[in-house]
Amino acid sequence: MTDAVKTYTKKDFTSDQAVRWCPGCGDYAILAQTQKVFPDLGVDKENFVFISGIGCSSRFPYYMDTYGFHTIHGRASAIASGVKLANPDLSVWVVTGDGDGLSIGGNHTIHLLRRNLDINVMLFNNRIYGLTKGQYSPTSEVGKITKSTPMGSLDTPFNPLTLALGAGATFVSRTIDKQTKHMQAMIMRSHGHKGTSFMEIYQNCNIFNDGAFAQLTDKETKSDTVLLLENGEPMLFGAEKQKGVRLDGNTPIVVEIGDKWGVDDVLVHDESDYVIASLLSNMTYQPDFPDPIGVLYAIEAETYEDRMVAQIDLAIEKKPSGSIQDILNSGDTWVVD
Amino acid sequence: MSKTTKQVDEVVIRFAGDSGDGMQLTGGRFTETTAIVGNDLSTLPDFPAEIRAPAGSLAGVSAFQIKFSSKDIHTPGDKPDVLVAMNPAALKVHQKDIAPGGIIICNANAFTPKNLKFAGYETNPIEDKTLDDYYTLYSVEMGKMVALANEDLGLPPKTIERTKNFFALGLLFWIYDRPMEQTQDWLKVKFAKKPDIIEANIRAMDAGYNYGDTTEIFTTRYTVDKANLPSGEYRNVVGNHALSMGLAAAAERSKIGLFYGGYPITPASDILHTLSAWKHLGIKTFQAEDEIAGVTAAIGASFTGNLGVTATSGPGIALKCEAMGLAVIAELPLVVINVQRGGPSTGLPTKTEQSDLMQAMYGRNGEAPMPVLASSTPGDCFYVAYEACRIAVKYMTPVMLLTDGYLANGSEPWQLPKLEELPDFNVTFADESNLADGQFLAYARDEKTMARPWAIPGTKNLEHRIGGIEKEDLTGNVSYDPDNHHYMVETRAKKVDSIANEFGPTEVFGNPSGDVLILSWGGTKGACRSACEFLQADGKKVSHVHLRWINPLPKDLGEILIKFKHVLIPEINFGQLIKIIRSEFLVDAKGLNLVRGKPISSSDIQESVNALIG
Repeated sequence: MTDAVKTYTKKDFTSDQAVRWCPGCGDYAILAQTQKVFPDLGVDKENFVFISGIGCSSRFPYYMDTYGFHTIHGRASAIASGVKLANPDLSVWVVTGDGDGLSIGGNHTIHLLRRNLDINVMLFNNRIYGLTKGQYSPTSEVGKITKSTPMGSLDTPFNPLTLALGAGATFVSRTIDKQTKHMQAMIMRSHGHKGTSFMEIYQNCNIFNDGAFAQLTDKETKSDTVLLLENGEPMLFGAEKQKGVRLDGNTPIVVEIGDKWGVDDVLVHDESDYVIASLLSNMTYQPDFPDPIGVLYAIEAETYEDRMVAQIDLAIEKKPSGSIQDILNSGDTWVVD
Repeated sequence: MSKTTKQVDEVVIRFAGDSGDGMQLTGGRFTETTAIVGNDLSTLPDFPAEIRAPAGSLAGVSAFQIKFSSKDIHTPGDKPDVLVAMNPAALKVHQKDIAPGGIIICNANAFTPKNLKFAGYETNPIEDKTLDDYYTLYSVEMGKMVALANEDLGLPPKTIERTKNFFALGLLFWIYDRPMEQTQDWLKVKFAKKPDIIEANIRAMDAGYNYGDTTEIFTTRYTVDKANLPSGEYRNVVGNHALSMGLAAAAERSKIGLFYGGYPITPASDILHTLSAWKHLGIKTFQAEDEIAGVTAAIGASFTGNLGVTATSGPGIALKCEAMGLAVIAELPLVVINVQRGGPSTGLPTKTEQSDLMQAMYGRNGEAPMPVLASSTPGDCFYVAYEACRIAVKYMTPVMLLTDGYLANGSEPWQLPKLEELPDFNVTFADESNLADGQFLAYARDEKTMARPWAIPGTKNLEHRIGGIEKEDLTGNVSYDPDNHHYMVETRAKKVDSIANEFGPTEVFGNPSGDVLILSWGGTKGACRSACEFLQADGKKVSHVHLRWINPLPKDLGEILIKFKHVLIPEINFGQLIKIIRSEFLVDAKGLNLVRGKPISSSDIQESVNALIG
């Protein structure tokens, strides 16, 4: 891979297959931003692989003109792990959703995160099952009225970012389908992270859960409901950046910047601080707090595949020129004349 | 007093004791020595699922059987000539199996009131003379003797007591005239850092040997001549180990990486352990979070140009079924190994069974044919593993390989294969020469094998998408077209059927026609062959055909079947191959179905054949 990387355009990453999401689906924006950013990632096109499970989001690989594998429900992370371990030089992307990645595939998601393979996970969270036509998902709010929960859902939702942090993720971020520039930046950051990058994308399902994130995307409200994170910067939000998040003891509170509190009193974001990431991730779905977007957490840690390759290299160093014939011939042998 | 030596053709010994008594190890050492002496042999370990059931309990009894012979043998034997019982529970569990007039060697020190009660004996069987009419009983104070032999070593009494299995081993080495050097050497390596343990075990073994040699209790030694095996270099091999070597041989010959994704499960875990120790061969092993991740990671690796392999047992296969369907439609190479055990559900995890054949054949949603082949002996596991890999890649298909607990843990003398003499295994990945008018057709097919090209990520200009939704012929694009679906279902089935073109003529052991054809698959081969040899020697018109491949079946099988008045299919299930044979050939085959968690015996089969002939 020492050759100069070719110059690509968005078109190079657009497959010849007609896109079949519902008109108005948030997935279109995510596909467009991905196709837009990929030419700039500095990777030869043939080295990209998209792996998905089942669900609306999981059709994504068909539309990217890269290697792609649309697999079975929930297993994208496991299949992607096999891809990455078979060839660690590939840039591997998992596209999944809140049902695929957190419900049926929850086990694979957490184990991918703790192993820290260098795989980029894009989790489209629309807080509903779209492909099966509108049942509640593991991120739906309690009391969600759907076809399968006519009197309201009973279970407390997962918070994907808290789950990811708890599973040992080394990179956790969030973006929103309508924040196209921000999403581009987050895709770049995911790509740049060595280790599993977990990106939650708030994505509107305009058919079965329209407006799930309206508070975070409507012009009138979004400045008060979204906290845009910048590493090393104070956590300010609001139309005039007049609000901030600070700690009252161990509890985050929202304060008005003015006579009582100045900008210096506000928490400064530190992507490498697990406690801050944890506090931020818990500010999800909370009425009194803005939802943070951006990179909550990013640390460097050894990847599974690097450790695996190192073990194999060490084993080969200790026993060079290995052939199974040596093993076949080993043990107590005898000759029959 | 003089000792006599008697020559015998074959002997069956069963070592039985508590799980903590080291019976598998003792049997293993006796086996290795017996192999070196040059006898043909076959072994059958039989251990409980519990790691340590309560000491002295019936549930905790672990056993190891070996048959060795101066002749070519095919089974670990039906009834032991010698039972070594290290405690009352071991005697209780195994006494009923001993051949009439057989020998029982007991560790008298373990026949305590507490152990007797635990085993359900009201009186002590080694003292109440109840055994004397049927067997020759040798009651030996093994515990006491190893204590005396090692009293100056300063080891804790419990540690010394644990060497009693080596006393038993030494005694058996004397009775059957086998050398102790290999075991001494083995102990020196095994306990290299514990010289006093080496010394204690060697002393225990010597004590057992000398006990036979010098006391007047044992008056007869037995010799078993070398077996007349084909000339060559041999070793003893256990099925799971042979299978692992077959996979590694396939990786080496094909020059593609081997990726093994698995999850621990009895009795398949040894394959994971073995391959994990061979990192110097470049083998990648991945202990996944569950069975599904094991197989799907393997599929991911296959998509990327490695040979993806997973192994498990029945319950694990149940979890992998959906993923196998994905490999069927994606037409990717994959080898799925089922080391069958007793079922259903958790069933009998450490016991053998052949009851997953239907699952292997039909256990997937949709029309999802997979090639299915089965190993017949521990050593054969090597060749079927190699074959499964070769076929998976050549035909771009998942392959199901069936072994079972008996084959996995059993052993036999095995002529060392030469890597270069194995069938060719060349792999060509697709490249830009596969482009047609600049387009890559991911589902264009090879004329002969019907396999699609294997185009792996990282290959320039072959970017393409595959998946679990029905593929359009040639392009591989998503297609809901009715006629295309019918065509693709048919094509996938034809592709699997065409594997039969690889097979030579089916071997019939015996005359090509007669009264009874014994038809077998998997681990029952040895018992069927033994039964057939016995019946033929008795003048019966009986032949034997063994199937390595169950899907596809050999093309000439139908013609063979109709040349016999009866077809008998012995299986350790309630009749699975028989359903396939009846439906494929409309033959009124009869079954011999014994589902007891242990191999079917040759005598069971002989009785069945005799009942058919009448």
